Amino acid sequence: MNAMERAPPDAKPLTLYGTEVSSRLLLGTARYPSPQAMSDAVRAAGAGIVTVSVRREQARGNTGSRFFDLIKALGTRVMPNTAGCRTPKEAIATARMARELFGTDWIKLEVIGNDDTLQPDLFGLVEAAGALARDGFKVFPYTTEDLVAAERLLGAGCEVLMPWGAPIGTGRGLANPYALRSLRQYFPSVPLIVDAGLGAPSHAAAAMEMGFDGIMLNTAVATAADPVRMARAFAQAIEAGRTAYEAGLMEMRDMAAPSTPVAGTPFFDLERS
Amino acid sequence: MQLRTAQRRSVFVNGERTETGASSLGELVTQLGHEQDAVATAVNGEFVPRPSRAATPLSEDDRVEIVAPRQGG
Repeated sequence: MNAMERAPPDAKPLTLYGTEVSSRLLLGTARYPSPQAMSDAVRAAGAGIVTVSVRREQARGNTGSRFFDLIKALGTRVMPNTAGCRTPKEAIATARMARELFGTDWIKLEVIGNDDTLQPDLFGLVEAAGALARDGFKVFPYTTEDLVAAERLLGAGCEVLMPWGAPIGTGRGLANPYALRSLRQYFPSVPLIVDAGLGAPSHAAAAMEMGFDGIMLNTAVATAADPVRMARAFAQAIEAGRTAYEAGLMEMRDMAAPSTPVAGTPFFDLERS
Repeated sequence: MQLRTAQRRSVFVNGERTETGASSLGELVTQLGHEQDAVATAVNGEFVPRPSRAATPLSEDDRVEIVAPRQGG
């Protein structure tokens, strides 16, 4: 199959739940060395969405308001998460508190099933996703690369899926590229965002070259020696990977094929052939 | 009829046992020094929206969550 026969990939901007987002990079706001570094990194990345959370507020404390003011000043779309929730009930209550606080019905849904791997509890995830979708939420489920779970999440009302690259905070990149590729091919028109586990811009570029629609990052940028430069590096990698996907990558082959024309090669005579 | 405001009870606020004379969730939020609009609340695992706080009574050992925006991934 040559490049002309391949269907040109979608070159439109990323649209999630009917809303066009300005960038394919989603950036977390946690673990930066300072609030200023966080703001600068978000701007340097040109992030389309920033993720936030809700946490217990101390009596007479206004930590939350100060943080939210900082986020509002970025002018970037906000998506709260349900990080740390271990049951559908916790995740549903957390999502509702987040909707009220942040004034958005977008929710990055996490239902964690294992403390060591921070692996999603897919059964709880599907249950919570269904309940939240019925309650009017636009659910972005943090899931694995499992295809059946993906189908159940879509059936529960999710219009976007966020499969992991590797466990949160590990920086290992795409742990199961075969399954991620299958997921991409199986759901060609569902927005798929690789969420978690990426450590290097090359990991993000690889996911984008596979045709994933976006990348959700946090630790790799926030804990870099220079988060602002790393944010820029990821943004460039995501852009490069996406452009490569749209341009149509060549097919891999086993044997070498000369790129320089063979015809007219000097000293090419019968003795060599 | 007993005056609800006169009664003190012991509830859990964000996991910590707290004595309060507040009769409603709304009162408790104010007594703890929070702006009503700056926090979100849940009682015994169920979300309580802002408009319902004033009409949400507190009972002994209720588990109250009072949360605010934070950094997240």
